[in-house]
Amino acid sequence: MLKIFILKMLSIKDLYVSIDGMEILKGINLEVKPGEIHAIMGPNGSGKSTLANVLAGKEEYEVTHGEVTYMGKNLLEMAPEDRAKEGLFLSFQYPVEIPGVPMVNFLKTAVNEHRKYHNEKELTAGEFLKFMREKMDLVEMRSQLTNRSVNEGFSGGEKKKNEIFQMALLEPKLAILDETDSGLDIDALKTVAHGVNALRKPENATIVVTHYQRLLEYIVPDVVHVLYKGKIVKSAGKELALQLEEKGYDWIKQENEN
Amino acid sequence: MSVLVDKADLSLKYTAHYNEVKESLQKESADVLNAPRNKAFQDFVMQGIPTRKNENYKYTNLQPQFFPEYRFMHRREPVKLDLHAAFRCDVPQLDTHLAFIFNGWYYEDNKQAGQLPEGVILESLEKIAREKPELLKKYATLAKTEEDPLVALNTAFAKDGYFLYVPKNTVVDKPIQLINFLQANEDAFVTQRNFIVVEEGADAKIVSCDHTLNLNTYLSNSVTEVFVGANANFEYYTLQNEHNKTTSLNSVFVHQEKDSKATTLYSSLHGGVIRNNLRFILDGENAEAHLYGMAFLDKKQHVDNFTQVIHAKPNCMSNQIYKNVLNDESNGAFAGRIHVIRDAQKTNAFQRNNNLLLTDKATMQTKPQLIIDADDVKCSHGATVGQIDEEALFYMRARGIDEDKARLMMMNAFAHEVVQQISIEPLRDRIDELVDKRLKGEVARCHECAYNCDC
Ligand SMILES: Nc1ncnc2c1ncn2[C@@H]1O[C@H](COP(=O)(O)OP(=O)(O)OP(=O)(O)O)[C@@H](O)[C@H]1O
Ligand SMILES: [Mg+2]
Repeated sequence: MLKIFILKMLSIKDLYVSIDGMEILKGINLEVKPGEIHAIMGPNGSGKSTLANVLAGKEEYEVTHGEVTYMGKNLLEMAPEDRAKEGLFLSFQYPVEIPGVPMVNFLKTAVNEHRKYHNEKELTAGEFLKFMREKMDLVEMRSQLTNRSVNEGFSGGEKKKNEIFQMALLEPKLAILDETDSGLDIDALKTVAHGVNALRKPENATIVVTHYQRLLEYIVPDVVHVLYKGKIVKSAGKELALQLEEKGYDWIKQENEN
Repeated sequence: MSVLVDKADLSLKYTAHYNEVKESLQKESADVLNAPRNKAFQDFVMQGIPTRKNENYKYTNLQPQFFPEYRFMHRREPVKLDLHAAFRCDVPQLDTHLAFIFNGWYYEDNKQAGQLPEGVILESLEKIAREKPELLKKYATLAKTEEDPLVALNTAFAKDGYFLYVPKNTVVDKPIQLINFLQANEDAFVTQRNFIVVEEGADAKIVSCDHTLNLNTYLSNSVTEVFVGANANFEYYTLQNEHNKTTSLNSVFVHQEKDSKATTLYSSLHGGVIRNNLRFILDGENAEAHLYGMAFLDKKQHVDNFTQVIHAKPNCMSNQIYKNVLNDESNGAFAGRIHVIRDAQKTNAFQRNNNLLLTDKATMQTKPQLIIDADDVKCSHGATVGQIDEEALFYMRARGIDEDKARLMMMNAFAHEVVQQISIEPLRDRIDELVDKRLKGEVARCHECAYNCDC
């Protein structure tokens, strides 16, 4: 059997991004290989979510320079839904409430759109429910939640769990988790981290955006990057996260102010 | 055809027509229908064809709609089709008592009557007026000709429509389905007059479907008076599905006695100009009124829902939810009036109007009006005019759902709040489906139609 190894899953080259004429990302370079876990840390407002959203295809952001290659394709040319179906998944920092759209409809449509794209048979309502129940156990999702509208009335932590639940259903190749840990209690954090680890495969990769070392104890990164004022100013091994936890960002800021 | 419509000329045209036909109208109808006729026409002349100058028609100028040379359908004409054979409602499991109305006239071959529960009468209004006028004692008491020119004109022309009587404590198990067809060989002006009595403790549900069967221009002006007795339940679902050259004017008056419950739900799927007037009077304690509406507009369609709920007695509740989805250059209006009379303490009255504009050119006018003369009441109203939530759209796309589908899911979700108020399950499912088709831009035909019509 012939196996093609893609050495680079994601490659970001000199990426500049603006919104409303304001430059937010100023020359990002990043490479992610299959199997890797990258953590991105950095002070509030440094551009972490902007990067995550640009990768997922949010249209308000204007890419003024640079390129992004994902699985050998020009990512920036793809519609958000195609990026998703090609296996890119964003766990939102602020998941959106969609009143009136039932969770089950939403999830079933998402799963079946993926299946259609990959020439797989769509799941019937019964098959989907069975599949959904399996995945619910993985993140200990309460079944009442799937009876509601998408994210409507979910607590902060429930919304985050719901993101990982969706990830479990969609089985992405590259997952970008934007502050999935914030708002989770300690038990939920473990559950979510356990879920993420259970979904890992050697050919998949993960980018974890977080402020806290704690999550990285469960989801152990290969590389930790510091994003500051729109640039990656430092990349190192997992010990960098500990260092940041201890010393804060002042030393990074100082290093970069002169 | 002149583009400038001269108001005086137009009114004169209708006056000349009335003068021409009034004798034959009188001669061919029973006294109960004739009694208010002349005064009604005077009231119409006084008020004129509604224009924006009429406060209640601020958002709908009907002059252009009254302009075409219509043929007036003042006589019952033979229906050359067997409607029962031609029509087969494709709502699965929707088992109904079915009756047809053709150009405003109760179809002579309606044959459901035998299956109705004992004492229930579903008949031609014309026939009842002739044979049992005592059942029409309250005719034209709710629909006051001096208060609305369309009601006045309807009363002046009224000859037929349907009559429904549900005696005390009688439950009509199956919904009564009334199919209104418009089909004439030329442009036609249709008048339909309906009268409904649901006596104390009785229960009836009506499903009324409006269709056009060819592409002629139609103006249909209907008036329905409904009397809901103490502790009775009445539900009225209307499906408006007519082509863009149709003007559909409907005035429904509902009088409720104590402990009664009445629900109206308008699904305006299609139509050129639609105006729905609703006037509820809660005239007994603990009465409950629900007024729902949803409209889907595109091209240059216009839908105007005008409601008035009068809380005349204490401890009543009313709830209004109206939703519109407006595409292209369409235009919608909602004006809802809640009037709480001085002694109607402990009133609960709610009203909400939400609108989704899909383009920059679509417009919506919405006007709540609360007149509250009692001091111990709970009233609320709210209106929103907005676009599809872009954040939600992106969220769905980020899960692999393409933009069109995501939009569709959100529009359906928007309408669903109204759809789910339908208590008849197969009808609810079917309307859900029709709404989905309509939102997809597919023609939402709701019946298997043997006419090969291209409307
Ligand atoms: N849609 C937007 N409109 C205007 N400004 C924006 C928008 N999105 C992001 N920004 C600005 O861009 C900068 C980076 O924001 P971003 O959300 O990427 O930061 P972050 O690193 O994720 O911060 P946090 O840790 O607080 O989540 C901030 O100054 C923010 O105000
Ligand atoms: Mg962020």
